Parts: sequence; C-alpha cells; structure tokens
Amino acid sequence: MGYFSRFAVPHPSPAIYASMIAIAVTVFLIIAGITYFKKWIYLWDGWITTVDHKKIGIMYLISALLMLFRGGVDALMMRAQLAVPDNKLLDSQHYNEVFSTHGVIMVLFMAMPYIMGLMNFVVPLQIGARDVAFPRLNAVSFWLFFMGAMLFNLSFVIGGSPDAGWSSYFPLAGNEFSPHVGTNYYMISIQIAGIGTLMTGINFLTTILKMRAPGMTLMRMPMFTWASLTTCIIIIFAFPVLTIALLMGTMDRLFATKFFTITDGGMDMLWANLFWVWGHPEVYILILPAFGLFSEIIPTFSRRNIYGYTSMVASMVLISFYSFLVWTHHFFTMGQTAYVNSIFSITTMIIAIPTGIKIFNWLFTMWRGRIRFTVPMLYCLAFIPLFTIGGVTGVMLAMSAADYQYHNTMFLVAHFHNVIIPGVVFAVLGASTYYWPKMFGFVLNEKIGKLAFWFLVIGFCLAFFPMYITGLDGQARRMYTYSEDTGFGPWNMVATIGAVCMAISFVLIVYMIYYSIRNAKKEAVSDPWDARNLEWATHTPVPEYNFAIIPQVNSREAFWDAKYKGHPLFKGDYEKIHMPNNSGVPFLMSLFFFALGFGLVFSMWYLAICGLIGVFICMAHRSFEQDHGRYISVEEIKETEAKYGGTHK
Amino acid sequence: MKELFPAKQVGGFVFSLILTGVALLVYYFNMSRAVGLTILTLTAFIQAAVQLVVFMHAREIEDSKSVFTTIYYAIIIALVTIFGTLLCMIWGWNY
Ligand code: HEM
Ligand SMILES: [Cu+2]
Repeated sequence: MGYFSRFAVPHPSPAIYASMIAIAVTVFLIIAGITYFKKWIYLWDGWITTVDHKKIGIMYLISALLMLFRGGVDALMMRAQLAVPDNKLLDSQHYNEVFSTHGVIMVLFMAMPYIMGLMNFVVPLQIGARDVAFPRLNAVSFWLFFMGAMLFNLSFVIGGSPDAGWSSYFPLAGNEFSPHVGTNYYMISIQIAGIGTLMTGINFLTTILKMRAPGMTLMRMPMFTWASLTTCIIIIFAFPVLTIALLMGTMDRLFATKFFTITDGGMDMLWANLFWVWGHPEVYILILPAFGLFSEIIPTFSRRNIYGYTSMVASMVLISFYSFLVWTHHFFTMGQTAYVNSIFSITTMIIAIPTGIKIFNWLFTMWRGRIRFTVPMLYCLAFIPLFTIGGVTGVMLAMSAADYQYHNTMFLVAHFHNVIIPGVVFAVLGASTYYWPKMFGFVLNEKIGKLAFWFLVIGFCLAFFPMYITGLDGQARRMYTYSEDTGFGPWNMVATIGAVCMAISFVLIVYMIYYSIRNAKKEAVSDPWDARNLEWATHTPVPEYNFAIIPQVNSREAFWDAKYKGHPLFKGDYEKIHMPNNSGVPFLMSLFFFALGFGLVFSMWYLAICGLIGVFICMAHRSFEQDHGRYISVEEIKETEAKYGGTHK
Repeated sequence: MKELFPAKQVGGFVFSLILTGVALLVYYFNMSRAVGLTILTLTAFIQAAVQLVVFMHAREIEDSKSVFTTIYYAIIIALVTIFGTLLCMIWGWNY
C-alpha cells in the first residue's frame, strides 16, 4: 500500500469521492458506447489521426466547451460558498483548490483552446489556403494541449489539486508550503499545453505569412487574420518565458534547486516577475483574436465594411508590442520604489489608447450601417459598453498609488472578469454561433440563442458589478469566507444569483445545440449571413481541400466584391490537389508526453524516462519518415464539386 | 578553384572556434567576476551572430529583411524584459 498512498487525495471530501465515481462511470459509458456503436475506427481515422485544420479546430472547440463546464462548476462552488457570511460549505483548503483550478482551467484550458479552435477553423479559409503550413505539427499542438488539460484535470482525484492560485506565487508554491503534488500538476500540465501553444504560434505565423491566396497583400487581409498574426507574434515572444519559469519552478519542486526560495540566494519575487512577463502578454493573446472576431461579425451584420481598417491594424500591431512593456502593474504593491511603479503606470495607461481607437472604429462601423440583431451581433453590441467599463477600471488599477487600495480585492476580480467575459467569452460564443453553419451545415436556433444571451449578460452584470463595490469596501479576493458585520453579505448574494443566471445560460446554450441538431433544416447553406470574406466563399460542409480552385483576391473584401461587384474569384481549371496524409504519431507522442508528465508529478522516474524516450522516438520517426502526402485527382474534385452544386465562379 | 573553396564557411568556422577558445579562458585563468562575465557575454553574442549570418544564411535568402526585422524585434523585447526585470527586482527594490 505504501507505493499507492501517494495517489491518495490529501484533503478528501464526499464531493471528491462522488466525482471519482462519476468520472469512472462516464469513462466506462463512453468506452462502452463507442464499442457498442462500433465507432472506434471512425474515431481513429476521422478524428484522432486527422491533420485537417477544420477537424482540429472542431476538436479544440469541443474540449473548450467541456473545460468551460468544469471551470463553471468550480465557479458555482465558489459563489455558493461566498453567498452568505460565515458559510461552511467549503473549508479554506477546498476553497483554495477550487479557485486555483478555476483560474488555470478558464484561462489556459478554456479560453486558449477556444481561440485556437476558431483560429484553426477560420484562418486558412479566410486567406484562401488549403491547410496550415505544418499540418502535422498542428495535430501535435492540439494533442499536447489536450493531454495537458487531461493531466491537469486528473489532479483532483489523483494526488490532489494545486492550491496556490492560478498565478502560483512562490514561496507559497514551493515545497515547504505546498508539500503535496498539486503544484507539480500545475507546473507540468501547463508546460505541456504551453509547448503546444508555442507550436501553434509558429505554425500560424508561417501560414499567414506564406500561404495567402494570390493577390491578398498584407493590407488586404481580413481583420481576424490580422488579429491572429499579431497574436502569434505575442505567443512566440511571451511563451518561452513561461516555459523557462515553469521549468525553474519544476526544478525547485522536484530537484531542490533554489531559484525561487527565500534562502540560499534564491529570489521568490522572480517568479512573480517572470509569470507576469508572460502573463500580461497572455491577456492580450486572449483579447486580440476576440477583437478580430468582433471585427468580422460587426461589418457583416451592419452591411458595411470595417471603419478605419488601417488604424485597426496599426492599433493591433502597437498592442502586440506594448503588451510587453507593462507587466509590473500586476505587482505594484510588492516592494518597488514609487519611481519604478510610475514608469509602469504610464506604460499601462498608454496601452488603453489603441484599445480605445478600436472601440471607436467599431462604433463608426455600425453608425449608418443597417444593423441586423442576430445572436452574434447581440454579443458584439453588449461587448462594447461592458468591455469599456472593464477598460476604465483597468486604467483605475493602473494608477500605482491607487492600486494599493484595489490590489487583491474583489475590485480586481471584477476588473478582469469584466474584460475577459464581455471581451473573450462573448467573442467566442458569438463567433461560434456565427461560424456554426460553416462548421456543421445548419444555423443554430435564434430564439434559444437570444434567451441564452440575455441570461448571460444580465447574469454577468449581477455577478460582477457588486464585486466592484465590496472590493472598494475591502473584501479581499481568495478569502474563503467573511464575517457578518463586514456588510458584504447582501452584495455577495446578488453575485451568486448572477452566477446562477450564467449557469442557466450555459444550460440553454447546450440545449440550443441539442435542439438545433434535432430540428434545424439541414440544407447546405454556404453563406447564410451574407458575409464579406473568403471563408464563406466555399461550400458547406467545407470539402477537405477547402477550395477547388485557389481564389484570386484583388480587394479587401474579396467575397463581397465577388458577389456584388462581379469580381471573378475562381479563375482557371481544376488541377490535382496535394494534401497531407493523416498520422497517428502526434496522438502517440502526446500519450508519451502524458506519461512523462504523470511520472514527473509523482517523481516516478522510470515512467518519466520511458515517456521521454517515447517522445524522442516519435521525433526521430518523423525525421526519417518518407511521407510526401497524397494527391486528389481532378475526377475526384469534379465529383465532389458536383455533389455540392459546382464551384460558383 | 576559388568558387569551389567555401572560404566564407571555413573562415566562419575558424572564427567560431576562436570565440569558443576565448570563452574558455575564463575557466582557465583566474579573473575577476566582472571581466569574466564581460568576456562571456561578448563572445556569446558574437558567436550567435556568426552562426546566424554565416551558417544559417540569414543574409542569403530572398526575404532576409524580414529575418532581420524579427531578430531585431526579438532583441528589443529581450532587452526590455531583462532591463525591466533588473529595474523592478534590483535597482528599484526597496526591501
Ligand atoms: C485598458 C486596458 C487594461 C488596463 C489598463 C489593465 C490594467 C490592469 C492592472 C493595473 C491590473 C493589476 C491590478 C492589481 O493586481 O492590483 C490588471 C489585472 C488583470 N487584468 Fe487588466 N487591464 C486592461 C485590460 C485587460 C484585458 C483586455 C484583459 C484580458 C483579456 C485583462 C486581464 C487582467 C487579468 C486576468 C488581471 C488579473 C490577474 C490576477 O491577478 O489574477 N486586463 N489589469
Ligand atoms: Cu496586465
């Protein structure tokens, strides 16, 4: 038994035992289901080994929705605990584990893959390409993210969850104060997913720079492609910092190095520093693609081209650079002089300027436009005022002297949820509704969608605006309870009601998907919204080669101009198409990564070494593999195109 | 004959060996920390430049402009990060 005792959860509760059983039952049901319906081969050939950017995108989206559920349950637990003063639902240790997990899951395993998924699906279509630059690497990216997420989610039933916050500051995260394996899970699962993200950054940067359709110059690229390009640049320069910081943290925890210790020449504050050197750019990695998505949806439903294209591009490029100059605003209160703080206060306030420019551009796009109030557009309309409030409170926080009052209070919590939920979450939900017909061939139900939207918006306002008030009154973040005479009770009750509304909205969204699958008309709609960019110029469902003939671009809104100004998009004849082959190696490699990670978490060195060797074997296999892809013949293309009603030229 | 002999590559190879030799001096001779670190930093950066230009052909491809833009951008971000960190953690630290 001694050996297995390491897997025990250090701080168990009935809820955890219940989850264990639930997980076991679900896994069993899934396996039994797949076997019963004989879907293993379909799963392997169609999805697990795929290198098709569209399918990878959809897998990202499904994982992200699952993680949204997991993170949402955590959120509800926290809100339930805080609903009334002196509540005993969760004890302090549980509360710590829940908020740490919630933060990591929502940022790294929900928002990131959601955005990666949309990037995967949309960007190649938008630039008129047939796949990404490195399709195999793309599969590796996805599977690394997936295994990172699985490893992280395993923590609460095997060995215990991390409990030092999503920022996992040392020395709290060191062995002395966090002796159980939870923080190992944090370090290693984020590391694995982070390597995948870095690869995605390189992959999409290359794709966007090298694989655009002829005629699409940089300044003719659609907004979302521009947003993805700038995001990739931030990823490439920010993620290596996280990689190294996590490596140092892992070494401290597993091999007793002294990078972040208080004694022996270590420097605990260096972790906070490195974390935010990555962490601040990371929030822009989340928001820039979201801005890009809004810039796709707003012109479509205003029937106008985007206002101020050049200034939109310029502000994104500026943001991608400025985002590296502000990180210290996350620890104004930790000991720098006022002089240092002032420098970073100013850089932080400057970054609000390009963001403001974008807000005005969206407003001017809608001005005099003919607005259609569809679900995606509603999300955009709600985003603008709510995000602005988040930005304004951000500038309040940026004043370092004032930050001594706000820092680590619920005011801060309200700020970042106020930018992330209306910014990122509204964007991805709006964009999934917008792109849904392109992905699955039918439009989602509007009525339920609108209902879900209103629950989400009202729930959001109820849940987070009270936190501004209690925060200013001094309610600290990450505290598992508060006493009655603080007077925080009523506001917290309101916030909990808001959280419940948001949960209802999630249920409605799931119901909307279910309802639409059953009832929507499954006619192939290639351009349901009368949209403007190339992703709508191909058939629905999108054939695996995307475009039978590579489109010819000669304006900013190629598809719109093809529809209404008669620019020819597809010139010439069919030619055979070169496509990459499927491969199971990326999945296999991610399994080895999982073994490596699990071995490291529990200091099971043989397992870790085997995993590492497996990873290297996969890489060596790739180096010596002779795989030149395959060709789709002209006959096959003709057949497919005829089935979808021919290439409209 | 002249076209066949890769003078640039051989020269670059010898130069990078010399740089390695110079860096090794820090180990064999007893010098102050400041001098040692200066030598190491300088030789490291020159070495990286030699590798990029001579062996990775940074100058010889068609869009070498974008290669150098990226490198300069990376250097700027690295410098900002390093000096910003020094500013927060050492020069401007109160406690
Ligand atoms: C107008 C632009 C913005 C400004 C001026 C700003 C400013 C700040 C400041 C000064 C803090 C630190 C406050 C403290 O710890 O006391 C902060 C925290 C935070 N901000 Fe913003 N922000 C802005 C936009 C955004 C955006 C767009 C996002 C994400 C999409 C974001 C996400 C966050 C997060 C996640 C934190 C808190 C992290 C933590 O401590 O756990 N911010 N912001
Ligand atoms: Cu920040």
